[in-house]
Amino acid sequence: MQNPTEQIRDPLLIAESWMAEGRDVAIATVVETWGSAPRPVGSHLVIDEAGHFEGSVSGGCVEGSVIAEAMDVISQGTPRMLEFGVADETAWQVGLSCGGRIKVYVERLG
Amino acid sequence: MDPYCLKKLNAERQARRAALLLTDLGDGRDRVIREGDPVAGLLGDAVKQAFLSGKSGLAEIEGRSFFLNVHVPPPRLVVIGAVHISQALAPMAKIAGYDMEIVDPRTAFATPERFPDIKLFAEWPQDILEQRPLDPYTAVAVVTHDPKIDDQALERALKAGCFYVGALGSRKTHAKRVERLKALGFSEDEIALIHSPIGLDIGAASPAEIAVAVMAEVIKAFRARGLQTARHLEKTA
Repeated sequence: MQNPTEQIRDPLLIAESWMAEGRDVAIATVVETWGSAPRPVGSHLVIDEAGHFEGSVSGGCVEGSVIAEAMDVISQGTPRMLEFGVADETAWQVGLSCGGRIKVYVERLG
Repeated sequence: MDPYCLKKLNAERQARRAALLLTDLGDGRDRVIREGDPVAGLLGDAVKQAFLSGKSGLAEIEGRSFFLNVHVPPPRLVVIGAVHISQALAPMAKIAGYDMEIVDPRTAFATPERFPDIKLFAEWPQDILEQRPLDPYTAVAVVTHDPKIDDQALERALKAGCFYVGALGSRKTHAKRVERLKALGFSEDEIALIHSPIGLDIGAASPAEIAVAVMAEVIKAFRARGLQTARHLEKTA
C-alpha cells in the first residue's frame, strides 16, 4: 500500500470495514479481459446492500449494471459470472465503447 | 468470499507479503495462499507462476475452473544517504510510483529542509531497518560513500533478498567493499547481486543524471524480478 490516500481507497480494505459495520457486501472482480479493457484482471468493485460502491471494474461504463447484479447476488447469495463486450448486444447498451470485452465475477461476502 | 479469507488477505497485504486468493469458480469457495506455501500438482505450478509474474488470471485444472488473484506488494525504495543524488531521486521515485524513504544518521545531511515531502530517518541503518525491515519487494540504494553507514544496509539488503541492491562508488571503492563483505561471510554470488557502479550506464555526470540512471536500474530489476525472488525463496525454504 503506497500511501495513506491509496490505502483509504483500497476496495478490499473498504469491504472489510463495511463488513465490520454489519453491512451486506458483494465483491465484483475482473477475471478475464480481451482486447483493450480499461481495468486489469484482478481489479475489484465492492458494493453494499444500499448500492454504495468503491473501486472499479471498467472505466465507469459497466459499473451501473454490475451494481444492479450485485444487489441480486447480495439477496440470493449465489455468485454470478457477467460478461460485457462487443459480442453482446446489451454490452453496447451499457457501453463498453473501448471495444474490449471483460468477464466479471460477482460474489457475496460471507 | 469467505470473510475470514478477506481478513487474512488484507492482513498479508498490509504486512507487505505477497499473497494469492484462489477461487474455485465451480463452487465459489476460496482460500488464501502465501508466497512459498506448498501447493501440489498443476495448481501448484499455476500458483508459482502467478507469484513470479505478478499477473492474475483464470486456470483450468483437471476439469475445474479457478481464478488466481495475486497481490504483490507495491515496490519500495530505501535510500541510504541524504545526499545530492537522493534529493534528485526523491521526486523521480514518487512519479514512478515508488514509495521512497531516506536513512542517514548524519543529522547535517538528513534535514527536512533538504528533503521536504519524503520519509526521512536521521538514524543508523541498523536501527531503523530493525523497526522497518527490508523485504524482497524493496530496493536499496546506498549512496553515502561512508562504509560505516553503507555496509550495515548492504548486509541487511542481501540477507532480505531485496529485488535491487545498488552501491555508489568507483570500481576501486567497490573492490574494497567486496573484501569487507567477504570477511562478513557473504559468497561471491551474493556479492555479485550488488549493482556497482550504481545506475544504468547512460554516461550520467550530474547528481540528477545519476538519479535517473539509478531509477531506471531499479525499474529494470523490478520488472525482471522473477528469477531473484525464486532464488531467495529456495534459499529460505
